[in-house]
Amino acid sequence: MPTTAGAQARLPIRSDMDLVWVRQHVRQAAAQLGFGLVDQTKLVTAASELARNTLVYGGGGTMETETVTESGTQGLRLTFSDEGPGIADLEQALSDGFTSGGGLGMGLGGARRLVHDFSIESDPGTGTTVRVTSWVGRAPRPREES
Amino acid sequence: MLRLGDVLLVTLQGDLHDSTAQQLQQDLAETISSSGARGVVIDISGVEIVDSFLGRVLAEIAGQTELLAARTVVVGMRPAVAITLVELGLTLPGVHTALSTEVAMELLAEHAPSHRYGGLRRESL
Amino acid sequence: MPDQAEGTAGSPTHEVRDFLRRRREQIAQRWADEPLFRAVFTVSRDEAVEAGKAVVDALAQVADAARVEDPDAAGFTTVREQLARMGAARSRAGLSTAQVSGEMAALRPPVENLLLADLPDASAEHSRACVTTLSVLMGTLRVVVMQTALSEGQALIDRQRLQLLEVATPVIKLWDGIVAVPLIGTLDSARSQVVMETLLESIVEQQARYAILDITGVPTVDSLVAQHLMKTVAAARLMGAECIVSGIRPAIAQTMVHLGLDLGTVVTRASLADALGYVLHQLGVGIVNPGTNGTVTR
Repeated sequence: MPTTAGAQARLPIRSDMDLVWVRQHVRQAAAQLGFGLVDQTKLVTAASELARNTLVYGGGGTMETETVTESGTQGLRLTFSDEGPGIADLEQALSDGFTSGGGLGMGLGGARRLVHDFSIESDPGTGTTVRVTSWVGRAPRPREES
Repeated sequence: MLRLGDVLLVTLQGDLHDSTAQQLQQDLAETISSSGARGVVIDISGVEIVDSFLGRVLAEIAGQTELLAARTVVVGMRPAVAITLVELGLTLPGVHTALSTEVAMELLAEHAPSHRYGGLRRESL
Repeated sequence: MPDQAEGTAGSPTHEVRDFLRRRREQIAQRWADEPLFRAVFTVSRDEAVEAGKAVVDALAQVADAARVEDPDAAGFTTVREQLARMGAARSRAGLSTAQVSGEMAALRPPVENLLLADLPDASAEHSRACVTTLSVLMGTLRVVVMQTALSEGQALIDRQRLQLLEVATPVIKLWDGIVAVPLIGTLDSARSQVVMETLLESIVEQQARYAILDITGVPTVDSLVAQHLMKTVAAARLMGAECIVSGIRPAIAQTMVHLGLDLGTVVTRASLADALGYVLHQLGVGIVNPGTNGTVTR
């Protein structure tokens, strides 16, 4: 259920300005959950990348945030959805340097390295959903060989 | 945007809109070419996050000032921002950095001799 | 089915719920005499009774929701913190987890006796069902306490691990504008994160243009460690500081070449002294051997 209380929220991503709201909301929610400064910064940056993807490639969409608990550890889960053209080749979209919209191509692959859990679903024609979760106090996951 | 001798000083603060960052890039290019500034110092100590978009803007500013025979120094990046950028995969190899504006001014002064020839010619006019 | 007469009515769960509500005071009084409550509430017996009542209320609520087997039942949330405090107090007093569990188990018989006394006319079958329900409920309460105790323990371990990491990462100021971190032990990803943060923070604090990461005390350098070192160096550079890696022992250098690990553009030196010499040279600081001009400073 979308509510505005606490970390539970659903934010529109339709413009530049919305990216600022997304960042502020994630920052606030992460601080409330007790994320350290570095982890806050990583999560906000990941949210910024993903929200921009939603805006630029998905033609706009939404971000939903929720608090999750797993064996006593709290986490923040962000879900970005759009109904854009979708991604035909996920493997390629996740690799560094790949871009179809004039960035540095760090969007998806970069965001994945900034969070603990990352999943993406995309079907050409129906849109893309990216879900990321970070856990309070957990060490960053080792970067896979690039 | 502040002018100190032949150095332009820019202070960024808070959460920047994409359009603000792009505007800055454009303004800087114009100001450098019209003023003949030799250096740009961008103080980002008040910036809480740098994502790939802002990272790209900084890299492009550095690149374009280099083309205009000037040098850009990015100053005061916070530790959390630096860690995140590296994790993101952005190490901004072409961008000069410094811990403080003072150090940046020193760096620009050291760098200045190679530009003196151009400077002298302007002064002789 | 027509309504049965009051007293024996309803399911065992509801019977137990009504019993708990009815006998709230007596149960709390008896618990206050049990070792667990006596040991935790040493100052005031009234306080022990109040705490006991809160637990009885929680049990009644859980029974009301018919979730006697569920440690996550909503009814337990109100007393979870109190139970955690009680469990923690007993652990601090030196009791093992098994002993705390034993003390929890001792809370059951007094309640059971009260329940049986309340069911003189009930059929043997009904009494047995009610006692079983109560036993299950009390067992679930024990699980809740143990869960809380375990997660408290885990939180303590996490805190200590973090403290240990911080203690194990001293940042030393070697000169004006030069800091050094001697790394000792294995570098896993949690440790690397702490090292990176500590080093970068001290770069800001000391306005250090140079930082030396000395890995003499790191037993092995694999690709993950090499990656951590390169990330730290890159982050320091973004902030405007140069990071030098020193203390790469010959054996480690050999393995690194073997593994094809490349520290890229990172400046490396064999020893901390060499690294300091390099940095001082960069800063334009000259070192004069006191022997050469005849003065001995000591």
